[in-house]
Amino acid sequence: MLVAETRPSAAVSIEEFLEQEASKELLRLSTAGSVDDGKSTLIGRLLYDAQGIYEDQLAGIRKSKVNRSTGPIDFSLLTDGLRAEREQGITIDVAYRHFSTPKRKFIIADTPGHEQYTRNMATGASTASLAVVLVDARNGVLPQTRRHATISSLLGIPRLVLAVNKMDLAGYSREVFEQIRADFLAFAGGLGFAGMLAIPVSALEGENVARRGTGMPWYDGPSLLEHLETVPVAGRRFDQPLRFAVQYVIRPDQHFRGYAGQVASGAVRKGDPVLVLPGGQRSQVASITTFDGEMARATAPDSVIITLEDERDISRGDMLVHPEALPQIARHFEAHLVWMTDDPLAKGRSLLVKHTTQQVSARVQSIESKLDIHTMVRKPAPVLELNDIGIVRIEASRPLFFDPYRENRSTGSFILIDPLTNGTVGAGMILTAIDRRAAGAGRVTSSERQARNGHTPALLALANPALATRLERRLFDHGCQVMAMENSEAASALRDAGLIVIGSAFEDPRAVDLNLLPLPKDEEAAVDALIAYLEQQGILFTDRFSSGEGI
Amino acid sequence: MLSHLRALEAESIYILREVAAEFARPVMLYSIGKDSSVMLRLAQKAFFPGNIPFPLLHVDTTYKFGEMIRFRDWYPRSIGAELRVHTNRQAIAEGANPIALGTSRCCSLLKTRALLDALAEGGYDAAFGGARRDEEKSRAKERIFSFRDQFGQWDPKNQRPELWSLYNARIDKGQSIRVFPLSNWTELDVWHYIHIENIPVVPLYFAKVREMIVRNDTLIPPEHNVIPLLPGEKPQPVMCRMRSLGCTPCTGAIRSEADTAPKIIEELLRFRRSERENRIIDHDQEGSMELKKREGYF
Repeated sequence: MLVAETRPSAAVSIEEFLEQEASKELLRLSTAGSVDDGKSTLIGRLLYDAQGIYEDQLAGIRKSKVNRSTGPIDFSLLTDGLRAEREQGITIDVAYRHFSTPKRKFIIADTPGHEQYTRNMATGASTASLAVVLVDARNGVLPQTRRHATISSLLGIPRLVLAVNKMDLAGYSREVFEQIRADFLAFAGGLGFAGMLAIPVSALEGENVARRGTGMPWYDGPSLLEHLETVPVAGRRFDQPLRFAVQYVIRPDQHFRGYAGQVASGAVRKGDPVLVLPGGQRSQVASITTFDGEMARATAPDSVIITLEDERDISRGDMLVHPEALPQIARHFEAHLVWMTDDPLAKGRSLLVKHTTQQVSARVQSIESKLDIHTMVRKPAPVLELNDIGIVRIEASRPLFFDPYRENRSTGSFILIDPLTNGTVGAGMILTAIDRRAAGAGRVTSSERQARNGHTPALLALANPALATRLERRLFDHGCQVMAMENSEAASALRDAGLIVIGSAFEDPRAVDLNLLPLPKDEEAAVDALIAYLEQQGILFTDRFSSGEGI
Repeated sequence: MLSHLRALEAESIYILREVAAEFARPVMLYSIGKDSSVMLRLAQKAFFPGNIPFPLLHVDTTYKFGEMIRFRDWYPRSIGAELRVHTNRQAIAEGANPIALGTSRCCSLLKTRALLDALAEGGYDAAFGGARRDEEKSRAKERIFSFRDQFGQWDPKNQRPELWSLYNARIDKGQSIRVFPLSNWTELDVWHYIHIENIPVVPLYFAKVREMIVRNDTLIPPEHNVIPLLPGEKPQPVMCRMRSLGCTPCTGAIRSEADTAPKIIEELLRFRRSERENRIIDHDQEGSMELKKREGYF
């Protein structure tokens, strides 16, 4: 993982060296291409030429039984980690590799290129800021090349390198390279990459991998490694609006209540006004606390603890944002989805959405289209099958706070979990809220009111006035539209406006009688039980009232 | 702190908090080594000013170095962490050792079996381990949240996809998740962090003159003397240190003068030798770590 050039020279003290070392930038990249393109060989060569391979790992490979290449060292065995892969000679899972040069640190997500492993490609691409897509110079741009580029673009990777490999077997021909480059650009030009570069390489011979070779004097661009060392590292997440999802509430005693989380994007300063979602309460940042002392300002991706000026009932899944830069808040949204399990996805399926630190139940309302990975054309489809990529509409049981994935990978991404098998079955990238798109068209509907309020309308009959007051307070503090009152007629009208109304008795047959419930004597415990009941009845969409506190 | 270590630290703290929020009974596997020391510091940071909300668990094979045990009994307690220790007493009573049983069977009984028993007895649904992806090839494919079935076993062909930093914590009763907060750290990162954070580690990592059995290129510690001496062999003083800490019969020392963290880093840069090289178990057969992991080893 370390290259010879990073050795401290006699002139530099180890302390100075360490300072340089730690201030290096980190570039995460993913590689896509099939085994036939020589991807594992390319990565092996990159690691080897960067002298990043530990001596004993090399020794282990020399005594390995299979040797798929003709040269003395099979570079691909350095990266294909699992037994099944070594036996079948293909890469079937994502492997993460580290290496370092004097300029940067790198983490490579090495992903398989076969069609049936699209899900692994998406996994590797999800955290990368640069994609290396391989083609075999003898085959040129294939459907799978287009698929790799498309998935890289969908997953929001800003930059792409097209590595035209096996140039040695194509006679190092400039014409071959230029033709492949033109074919690729004709297609990928429309995918929205911030930067694209094509490099002719021979992984086997090491040409243009770490250094420029002698085989292609006509090529005057950088080698792959030179490009990786100098390309801008994407992800200046602190230029974006503040998004801070509460992970965990830290409450060691009555005097301290801190909200632990990672700044997903943007920056937060002591004294900043913040808005708490979904409740909508406003407060001010009292402190940004860490083990190493208080901070005046935290930026993405810092993990910190925020305390607020006011005592607020905030729990895991809530989000702190700046009041003038709100995310989209909606229960209905449209998203790109990579389906990752054998059992096909049809509309109406119930799943769990994990988004930031929230986990909510959801339903797939419709499958809008599916991407044909051979032609790259979207067309209607009744279901999404394993490794399909489609556009779906999803309805969540409570509002999510998000940004389009293109703008914010952290708040725009989600995974789908099958509640029966617990498997991760889908990866989603949010395009937009559907509510917002429909806004302004016609009258406000009851379901729009419910989506905003986080609850259905209800009349709750509760004869104990002290308990009614406590319940009203608790619901209000959680952002519900709620009122305790005794005018039965007015109560029905408020119910039609979407409110929860609490009273001792109602004439309206739609009223829910809470007086019959067996409740604990302690009033706080009784309110907890009532909240749990209202969740169970589907009146409150959220389960954050009774759980998820983390302590 | 400086940029890239700060990013690694922030990611690890995020992972630790996710587990504490999503699981009922997490536990942190504490191996006493340098990675455990870093993981413990990260846990202190994640829950500050509160206490670490889960216990530490040490699986003691009884073949650990005395210095490791002394460190174990001092350091976690000194920072207010709760430590639990588990040993496969029955196997020890029956005389399990790597010479009598072979390293593979010995590890299986004293580490893997003991670990699985301890996890089952504690009813733990999530267990943190300090493994890093840069250590070994099969570890390069390990998820950060790694699912284990009710027998504690790993199925490398059927891992849950893991995207962004959205970790799937859903399990059924009896199943568990192994969590690796240091997945993206390298050995150099670990030592660098120990240095700038001034984290206490077992003194065996630092070079000094120690009694060693010198056999070819290998330095064998004489403690827990289960390895039979060859004719004419006897311990002799050697300036050396441990690059990784395991059981005395299976952990060799390396010749070294590095007696501080910066010197160790300097040494790492000069000798790019895998840190697991001196762990005999990984070389039993190609892919032996993967086999052990499938059975439930960390």
